[in-house]
Amino acid sequence: MSAFLSIAGLHASIDDNGTRKPILNGVDLDVPAGEVHAIMGPNGSGKSTLSYVLAGREDYEVTAGTALFKGEDLLAMEPDARAAAGVFLAFQAPVELPGVNNANFLRTAVNAVRRARGEAEMDSMQFLKAARAQARALSMPEDLLKRNVNVGFSGGEKKRNEVLQMALLGPSLAILDETDSGLDIDALRIVAEGVKALRSPSFSALVITHHQRLLDYLVPDRVHVMARGRILRSGGPELAHQLEAQGYAGFLAEAA
Amino acid sequence: MNVVLAGVAAGSAAGFLRRYEAIRDRLPGDPQPRARAAASLERHGLPQRSAEAWKYTDLRRLWEGRFGEADASFDASALLRRVLDRAGLAFDGEEALPRLVFVDGTLSAGLSRLPQGCDCSGFGGIDVDAPVAHPMMALNAMLARDGAVIRVPAGLDACGLLLVTLGTGTVGAHLHHRVVLEEGARLSLLEVASGEGDYLNEGVFAFEVGRGAHVSHVRLQQDAPGALSFSTVRAHLAERSAYDGFNLALGAALARHEVHATLAGPNAIVHVNGAQLLADSQVADLTSVIAHDAPGCNSRQTVKNVLTGRARGVFQGRIVVARVAQKTDGYQMNQALLLSEQAEIDTKPELEIYADDVKCSHGATAGALDEEQLFYMRSRGVPLVEARAILVRAFLDDALALVEDETARAVLDRAVAAWWEGRSA
Repeated sequence: MSAFLSIAGLHASIDDNGTRKPILNGVDLDVPAGEVHAIMGPNGSGKSTLSYVLAGREDYEVTAGTALFKGEDLLAMEPDARAAAGVFLAFQAPVELPGVNNANFLRTAVNAVRRARGEAEMDSMQFLKAARAQARALSMPEDLLKRNVNVGFSGGEKKRNEVLQMALLGPSLAILDETDSGLDIDALRIVAEGVKALRSPSFSALVITHHQRLLDYLVPDRVHVMARGRILRSGGPELAHQLEAQGYAGFLAEAA
Repeated sequence: MNVVLAGVAAGSAAGFLRRYEAIRDRLPGDPQPRARAAASLERHGLPQRSAEAWKYTDLRRLWEGRFGEADASFDASALLRRVLDRAGLAFDGEEALPRLVFVDGTLSAGLSRLPQGCDCSGFGGIDVDAPVAHPMMALNAMLARDGAVIRVPAGLDACGLLLVTLGTGTVGAHLHHRVVLEEGARLSLLEVASGEGDYLNEGVFAFEVGRGAHVSHVRLQQDAPGALSFSTVRAHLAERSAYDGFNLALGAALARHEVHATLAGPNAIVHVNGAQLLADSQVADLTSVIAHDAPGCNSRQTVKNVLTGRARGVFQGRIVVARVAQKTDGYQMNQALLLSEQAEIDTKPELEIYADDVKCSHGATAGALDEEQLFYMRSRGVPLVEARAILVRAFLDDALALVEDETARAVLDRAVAAWWEGRSA
């Protein structure tokens, strides 16, 4: 197994009114290059925290463990350096940026990442052409590019905008934090197609979800069950079906 | 009647009064309003912070009255070239705007390019009825020896005019400008205040806006870091006329831009918008007094502050709606982005409403950059410095977007970008 993303013994906590509240309690997870892995688990199990910690959000304190990405210490990198290295987090609740034009922001991000990767920057014509093509592929109305980032977007539009950013930034590791929540069936298919379009031997995805539906489209290589800040069980795609049928209770009892 | 003189410091105007005594025989125009101003300053001095209108802006640095006379032999062409270059404006050639250039309180004919169409006759002195109860207006009436006198004839669109005020050394400059727009006339005035040294740049503008006339007055206050900068605008608005003002304060150690607008005719419009971008121990104050004296008038104020270091921004906005001024629509919003622990914003809205069918609203916010937004942008690869710059620019966006004149807006955009680069370098 090639070490693409390798998480070992990861502990993290958040400051809860002055006391340190542990959320991740020893996560072990390997995602090889080219694979799609799903993480499922009940609310409060630490799935979103794991995605934030991997993307570099400062509210969380890593108290033990390691996360290596392509052999490098991911946890030592600034959030923007992680993006340049190829990590992309699709937010569960995408953030609104009033006064920031969506197309301009995307171009700034794309060029910052290209600069950091030693690639030539895109001029505005090149960029707009690429952005419009992607927006069409995601069935996004073109005027969303002209509006302020996520401001006044519907839930589905915000999620599509995340996938649009992902497609244009060209990550090698995408972490999708409940990107399927709040999407109707058509939007879900479009988002899944957006992720599938990126699939290659050098692209991996970590898909956090509550539902089987997204996995029907994406078909993960591995499924992990997370609870109480740890991975309790890992298996093939059949594990997701088992969860869908039986719920988490059995796994939680087994682990207790 | 006994008048209680709260908040004034006796003798605080002594330096300015001595200067007046020394030059009074050489001052142009009617000596009478100047003498009245001197008497008022002699009696009342300059205000201190116990005076309500000056509660947040300490004038003690002005008390010294250390400001001197200009060196008439100084050639300001290199300075002007630098200032225009920095603003992205042409010095010469076809693209250069018509302009009036004042150096250390005097018009420089050599550096000016007089506009066509509107009458820019020479300075004739201070109006007989110039108000002198206000300390800055009194200082100005006493000491101003030059200023622009602009008259735009009825129905004419005079387009753009640039007014540059340059200060140097420790010179005290007092300019008295008078702008008259006849019925239906239009003028777009772009003012740039700059210089080098610890000078005093004090100016008064008197706008007379005729029926249906429209004046845009956009200021870029980029005075030198050691300078004191005061501008006081009086605007009198006739029926359906508009004064559309924007003040971008970036410079000076201490600055105050004050607007007194009187909506005298029905359906007139006044905008007193602005942004104050301050660092270190700078203080900038935007104070307005808007009198709704006629029905159906509209006043709008959007003022944004970006404050870092130990800087302090001040916004005072007073709206007075007279009994006759039904259907008044007044709006006032002051917002501050505090980029350091020590930065401070002082906001004082005052609504005084005597009419009963009125829509007036005001609001104020203060906060830091949003960590969640910063993280979101960084997770998309945007480095922290750039992410902060984007959020600061976004914060200013709805104020800067109010500047309709494209040339003026480009000048302000450029100044804002350069200011931020200077901060984050």
